[in-house]
Amino acid sequence: MIAGLTTLLCCQLIGEILARWLSLPVPGPVIGMALLFIVLLLRGGEAPRALAQSADGLLANLGLLFVPAGVGVVLYLPVLAKDWAPLSLAILAGTLAAIGVTGLLAQALLRRLDP
Amino acid sequence: MTNLAEIWVYLAREPLAALTATLLAWLAAQRLARAARFHPMANPVLFAVVFLAGGLLLARVDYRAYFEGAQFVHFLLGPATVALAVPLARQWRQVKRSAPAAIASVIVGGVFAAAAGVALALAFAAAPEVTASLAPRSVTTPVAMGVAERIGGLPSLTAAIVICSGIVGAALGPALLTLLGVTDWRARGLAIGTAAHGIGTARAISVNEVAGAFSGLAMGLNALATALLLPLLWQLFFG
Repeated sequence: MIAGLTTLLCCQLIGEILARWLSLPVPGPVIGMALLFIVLLLRGGEAPRALAQSADGLLANLGLLFVPAGVGVVLYLPVLAKDWAPLSLAILAGTLAAIGVTGLLAQALLRRLDP
Repeated sequence: MTNLAEIWVYLAREPLAALTATLLAWLAAQRLARAARFHPMANPVLFAVVFLAGGLLLARVDYRAYFEGAQFVHFLLGPATVALAVPLARQWRQVKRSAPAAIASVIVGGVFAAAAGVALALAFAAAPEVTASLAPRSVTTPVAMGVAERIGGLPSLTAAIVICSGIVGAALGPALLTLLGVTDWRARGLAIGTAAHGIGTARAISVNEVAGAFSGLAMGLNALATALLLPLLWQLFFG
């Protein structure tokens, strides 16, 4: 478990350094994900057991990791009270419209290109 | 015997209480979601946030004091983002064949998601910094906060909006996709990952491994596309 976590942290660290050094607009963890992905593909796709264990353990509880930032909503109750109409509409209608458009487009393209 | 006020001061100062409360709220939220038989509307992230936000307001605890402890959980978002490479590599053979279709639909969907949020905010004459905070709504929290900062939004308002969008997408997205006749697990994963980032992906992973891999792919691609394109587009239209 520690070995797997260390691998993940190393990838993130390299990602953060690259993002700052090259002033990339992409955050370090996303670059770290791309790096780990390339390394795993070069190894044939399957992650070593320790890494797979840590990764699956973290991803099984991915929702938990959003909770502390989500509680930050308490700081914005005044803004939410004032601009609640555009905010809730953009969040609800905007998100659902995006899901609908992406899903329909993806299904149509997948049927045509890769049935 | 120490009096209760002193114990309260200790608890409010040390990270132990906030960290424990976060984990307890998450376990209770998961139990509630299980009781609802994992119905998509019974989203554990939503439950846990409501429990904790309600608790903070009732106990009059400052959010910053709470975050002192909760940051240890928050920190794990970074390694968890890196960890998404593991299921993606595992599923790569299947993902590879669909890559052109996936990339095209994620970019179109991602731009559409940002444009829809901005258009609705403009239609309602929301404050400019609220509009800018809505634009990067559909990408994962750290990317969205960075982009919001660049285009004049409020990063922490963006974080709250991003999480609300993720909860909405994870809760209502599956029913909408079924209604629209999107039955392909790959397309369902792409749609949820594009619009509802990590919270949608967390849901997708628990439902279907193929949908989970495509959702993780869509989330990463949209984060990349938004981080690169949105500041440029913003300057073009509002600069």
